[in-house]
Amino acid sequence: MQEPLNDPDTAIIRVENLEHSYGDVKAVDKISFTVKRGEIFSFLGPNGAGKSTVINILITLLARQNGTAVVAGYDVTEQPQQVRESIGIVFQDITLDRDMTVKEILEFHGRLYNMPDDMRKTRIAELLKLVQLDAKKDELTKRLSGGMKRRLEIARGLMTRPTVLFLDEPTIGLDPQTRMRMWEYIKNVNEEGTTIFLTTHYMDEADKLSDRISIIDHGKIIISGTSWELKNTLGQDIIYLETDNNGAAVQLLEGLPRIREIREKSHGFVLMVNEDGTKVLPLIIDTLRNAGLEISTINLKKPTMDDVFVFYTGRELRDEGAAPARALHLRPRGR
Amino acid sequence: MAYGFATIYWRDMIRFVRFKTLLVSSLLQPALWMAFFGIAMSSNFDQLTAGMPIPAGAHAVGYLTFMGAGIIAMTTLFTSLFGGIVILFDKNWGLMREILASPMDRNHIIFGIGLSGVTKSFIQAIIIMVFGILIGAAFFAGFTPFETVMGVAGVLAFVGMFALGFLFLSAAIAISMESPEGLQGVITLMTMPIFFASNALYPTDTFPEILKIMSVYNPMTLLITGIRYFVIGPDFVALGKHYVYTQGDILWSFAGLVVFTILMFAFAYWRFKNAVVT
Repeated sequence: MQEPLNDPDTAIIRVENLEHSYGDVKAVDKISFTVKRGEIFSFLGPNGAGKSTVINILITLLARQNGTAVVAGYDVTEQPQQVRESIGIVFQDITLDRDMTVKEILEFHGRLYNMPDDMRKTRIAELLKLVQLDAKKDELTKRLSGGMKRRLEIARGLMTRPTVLFLDEPTIGLDPQTRMRMWEYIKNVNEEGTTIFLTTHYMDEADKLSDRISIIDHGKIIISGTSWELKNTLGQDIIYLETDNNGAAVQLLEGLPRIREIREKSHGFVLMVNEDGTKVLPLIIDTLRNAGLEISTINLKKPTMDDVFVFYTGRELRDEGAAPARALHLRPRGR
Repeated sequence: MAYGFATIYWRDMIRFVRFKTLLVSSLLQPALWMAFFGIAMSSNFDQLTAGMPIPAGAHAVGYLTFMGAGIIAMTTLFTSLFGGIVILFDKNWGLMREILASPMDRNHIIFGIGLSGVTKSFIQAIIIMVFGILIGAAFFAGFTPFETVMGVAGVLAFVGMFALGFLFLSAAIAISMESPEGLQGVITLMTMPIFFASNALYPTDTFPEILKIMSVYNPMTLLITGIRYFVIGPDFVALGKHYVYTQGDILWSFAGLVVFTILMFAFAYWRFKNAVVT
């Protein structure tokens, strides 16, 4: 199972035909993917898509049922101890002891991983500054705000400088500035050589941070690639239209060779085009006008990760992203 | 990773000292048992047994002294059985995930919890002994200073071994259960036979046969036998019954506790090995 470790193209995580069921419910359905050494890899998907199940198997908390999962060269079932020594984790839910101080939390973690005393002390001081909790170091964690707790958890995950760092929805519930700063830390850690496996349902997060993204839904990987590749699959531009008779409009436009694909929406429809959308627009407007249809809304834009996501999963994620602070406290523990 | 248990121990002691109400109540509770139950019962029992003949040369002790050993044992039992509850809370609050996903050997969780529970039981046992003497229990009466030190050491050895066994059991139950209410139910159910089918408060030889057999193999009885030997002596009369313990009896009792503790460790080891916490 041991793989050569100096090859930059080596898969640091290799998953083949991984399956996992809870009773009759198939949470993960024959997933295969690889994460390369040194990259930031994202699992993007709605809640309940199977992201956390995959993470839990990879971090050895959930016994593998079917398939292969190798992390840092070690099989998660055969060599869980070696896997645990190679990884760091920031969990999806807050997992801080309410009755320990900020410093004690990091101290405890460093001891769990058997860090030498002096390294532990320097690392703690360094991380407290990094996540700006220096002034709070003797505060009990129950007195911290949600954002501070999250920062502390990220600091904890970074204590050991692991080979692979798993971040399960790391910036959930953080304000925009803090999120951006988190991304900076994550990128810095990555540049120092730690491979990052990230799950998120924030499009912008996946887009800005990751080298490669896999979109996962209903336990399956729907598509993988760089964010540029994923957006490109949707064509160069996206045009959104609303008319007084959408059905007729779609029928008319379907015949046009310059339009790649049409998707109907609740109030209108979306056209994907392979060329500069501004050049196609006059043709579309003429076609519809000539047929006597009235256009009420036109919108032209470049595809975003949101569009990619909606296109491939058929779901909007906005509802889930809208109230992160609330989600932080009320969301049932993910699988 | 050889000191992983020390990390678990460190954290549990932080919590023990930090929760002031828990700390004070756990220290006060055994003293209150001695003060109220002990004094009330002994004032009755001593009167009832006042006329009973005492064999020549035997050393008679009051009920408070007799029962004091039972109170040490009872306190140890309760503290230890509830000692694992922190594991259930850690599990439900998600804290156990951090520990289980770390490279630390899972046995160290069991040992760490065991060690902190033993520490608490030692503190409680010493409080009961000191407080007992203050309110008139004849602990270590007539002992030389050396014998007293050996007596205390003997009590702590017995208390430690017994506590460890029940802490392992408690940890095993806690890691297997989902709700604190369920855990509390199971533990309360267990304390009943363990406590009352023992020689904590009364002699066991008038028990019906089945109860008597239970009491003989009860770790509680083994513990109390050891404690009485070390705080009262090998030969005494209480509640009209003449107790004589040989060194063999004591070694035998201790060996019984060791076997019990090993079995409970095996049980906990098995439960932790298969624990899935997500």
